[in-house]
Amino acid sequence: MITLSHYIVLGAVLFCIAVAGLFINRKNVIVLLMSIELMLLAVNMNFVAFSRFLGDVSGQVFVFFILTVAAAEAAIGLAILVLLFRNRSTINIADIDSMKG
Amino acid sequence: MNPQLFQLICFYAFGFVTVAAALSVITLKNTVHAVLALVLTFFSAACLWMLLDAEFLALALIVVYVGAVMVLFLFVVMMLDIDQEKMREGFVKFLPVGLIVAAAMLVEMLGLIGVRAMHTQVMGADPAAAAGTSNTAWLGRALYTQYLLPFEVAALILTVGVVAAVALTLRKRADARYESASQQVKVNPRDRVRLVKMAAERPVDETPVPPQESKS
Repeated sequence: MITLSHYIVLGAVLFCIAVAGLFINRKNVIVLLMSIELMLLAVNMNFVAFSRFLGDVSGQVFVFFILTVAAAEAAIGLAILVLLFRNRSTINIADIDSMKG
Repeated sequence: MNPQLFQLICFYAFGFVTVAAALSVITLKNTVHAVLALVLTFFSAACLWMLLDAEFLALALIVVYVGAVMVLFLFVVMMLDIDQEKMREGFVKFLPVGLIVAAAMLVEMLGLIGVRAMHTQVMGADPAAAAGTSNTAWLGRALYTQYLLPFEVAALILTVGVVAAVALTLRKRADARYESASQQVKVNPRDRVRLVKMAAERPVDETPVPPQESKS
């Protein structure tokens, strides 16, 4: 039978895959944004699992809000990406260093 | 078949698909394929949430992510002309670092969760069914009573997101021609059309017309 730990382990695995994706795709901003979406999915998985196993509705409400904020974040992030490509003709992170950060 | 065993088999099947698709998101060479792999990840995650009796959130994940956000990603990926080979530079260089960090984090988290706690928390009865409602009604009742203010703030955040996305990408092109409706309405017909009074007949010309011009 499924236990709470099954879902938490799955969330941890997804989160680690997303972190590895942030590290190995250092050039491509789109894959970086997708890795962040994966991280949010891992967190949502934990929220839903805890909500179900503890019988508390707050976890699912928070997943709802995280979905909302993630959708807004993806829209603004992609808008910035399009703007960046229009001005610099590249989305390579190594080329975007005008702020000397 | 034992329903709990069937649930476990479903969990492992969907979990395997989720992890495999997530791995292909970060390793695939073609960005379009990576976006499609992310769609598969979200879809199988929604199936896993169905197993947790969170039907509303599972369907919302499919509608919001697969239907809207991923289509937006596909639009941007296909619109931008990206040099795929250049994007892969440094992939091999950062691969060991990424793997080590991810593996260390995973070991730490698994240690925190504790493999021995694997069989302690067993899934009880569905809390929504115990309350005598469906999952959607259960969630909606909390959302519209206890969390009403955060819910409206979330709506505000979405509005700000839409305005910001449009304001960022809107641009005035120098070579484009625009028409201003207010200027068109405000225009005075006297400025555009001049009525000239003239006689109905042409006055007879006194100078004789040259013959070669009259022929042509």
